Amino acid sequence: MPDSTFLDSTELVLNMGPQHPSTHGVLRIILKLDGEKVLGTECIIGYLHRGVEKIGENRTYAQFNPYVDRMDYVAAISNGLGYCLAVEKLLNVEAPPRAQCIRVILTELNRIASHLLWLGTHALDIGAITPVFYCLREREEALKIFEKYCGARLTTHAFRIGGLLYETYDGFEQEIRDFCAMFVPKVDEYEELLTNNRIWIGRLKDVGILSADECKEYGVTGPVLRAAGVKWDLRKAQPYSGYEKYDFEIPIRQNGDTYDRYIVRMEEMRQSVRIMQQAVEAIPEGPIMGKVGKVIKPPVGEAYVSIEAPKGELGYYVVSDGSTQPYRLRVRPPSFVNLQALDRMIRGGLVADVVAVVGTLDIVLGEIDR
Amino acid sequence: MRGLLNRIFLVDLFQGLWVTFRNQHPKYIYTEQYPAERPKVAERYRGAPRLNINPDNGETLCISCNLCALACPEALIVVTSERNEATKRKDLTTFTYDTSRCMFCGLCEDACPVDALELTQDFEMATYTREGQIWDRQMLEEGPKPTQYKC
Ligand code: SF4
Ligand code: SF4
Repeated sequence: MPDSTFLDSTELVLNMGPQHPSTHGVLRIILKLDGEKVLGTECIIGYLHRGVEKIGENRTYAQFNPYVDRMDYVAAISNGLGYCLAVEKLLNVEAPPRAQCIRVILTELNRIASHLLWLGTHALDIGAITPVFYCLREREEALKIFEKYCGARLTTHAFRIGGLLYETYDGFEQEIRDFCAMFVPKVDEYEELLTNNRIWIGRLKDVGILSADECKEYGVTGPVLRAAGVKWDLRKAQPYSGYEKYDFEIPIRQNGDTYDRYIVRMEEMRQSVRIMQQAVEAIPEGPIMGKVGKVIKPPVGEAYVSIEAPKGELGYYVVSDGSTQPYRLRVRPPSFVNLQALDRMIRGGLVADVVAVVGTLDIVLGEIDR
Repeated sequence: MRGLLNRIFLVDLFQGLWVTFRNQHPKYIYTEQYPAERPKVAERYRGAPRLNINPDNGETLCISCNLCALACPEALIVVTSERNEATKRKDLTTFTYDTSRCMFCGLCEDACPVDALELTQDFEMATYTREGQIWDRQMLEEGPKPTQYKC
């Protein structure tokens, strides 16, 4: 690309964010533009840094549990599951089957809630105002189930180390069944609004392409990786919490563009419904709490557990020195790793596509800055 | 050919418009007219804290064991007590709870051995001052009294 155009204009450096509504939080992107073309980007993060990993070192294992909800606040339950699994691995206990089953149901419901928020805001960024209302309407139903189950809608603190604290409420199974039955037609409705819409296709097709090899180079996971044609889902690759018992598919697409990522996520919502439907029919009876003492004091050692969060691979690495507090706690947030690929995806594209690409990565800044 | 006709007659746009049209029906109205119409929160909702009292004699249920203060990740509960020589028990003197730092995680509620501390369904806790967020024992026993609006 020539340094200047025939009009002899110069490059323009533009700040996007941190208050820009389409950056989904407080992300600042410095764009280098030549007219409408993006020559390069740089992401500035850290506006939401709260030092969560450091807080973890100063709290007991049980006390840190509510903090993980505040990283990826859109998918708090997945975060809680990852943390609880990591500490359980350190303690060498396993949650009872009933607890595992309820955990799976709630995590899948949370995946749907997270994808719905993504779909609504992504469409809003691109200019489709309507889907966000419908998406939030259905998300509300999911949040109501969380509220009834554990008493909070967003920062749920639903799971405890070793199992669950709360038993299911009366009518929980029926509500999950109703939600599943209600939700599948709604996904079709969103698709009716968007999938064939010419503006939607025009804005998304061949925008922000990330090939499978590039995904692997950057360590990108989740729907972004699957849209590039790599069949990698930790729920199948390293099943946890009894995911091996459920029959579901990993949706993949080949092109790795923004449109494919949209299709993959829509399909994932349907698969989540399938998992929930199977799990809710098979909730075993039994205790919900494993053998964990009142004071959690894991033996010296370390554990890494990664799970498939709605946004990709979410890992928790916990080092114990035998005391009641973690010696070191490290989180591998999917959004943080996925955001690295932004520059590769948008370089050479148009400035209008930046919001589309930021939206399609489905980032949450709480998790990136921690 | 089909694709061309679809493009000319804007089939995709009408398909989308049909969805929005279907959702016009008044039974799909979800808006809550908040101050007039108050949401009914779930039974397990973790909202404003309350220090329960014995309904028969008005005495507090709290035994000043300090477990809630120890369980809290934010260390925002302060319990003080003095030893009652007559009953050989600890009597609660003050109990402060800083709601401005609370994240309503419910760990204090779980820790309480006598269910004295409870997170209730009250959710209207806004105040005009920072100090108003720090609740003393009386406030915790009585609970917040938000203004009720009717229309
Ligand atoms: S709800 Fe959580 S943060 Fe609030 S006082 Fe209780 S333990 Fe502390
Ligand atoms: S745990 Fe319960 S009984 Fe003990 S000090 Fe706190 S409120 Fe009182």
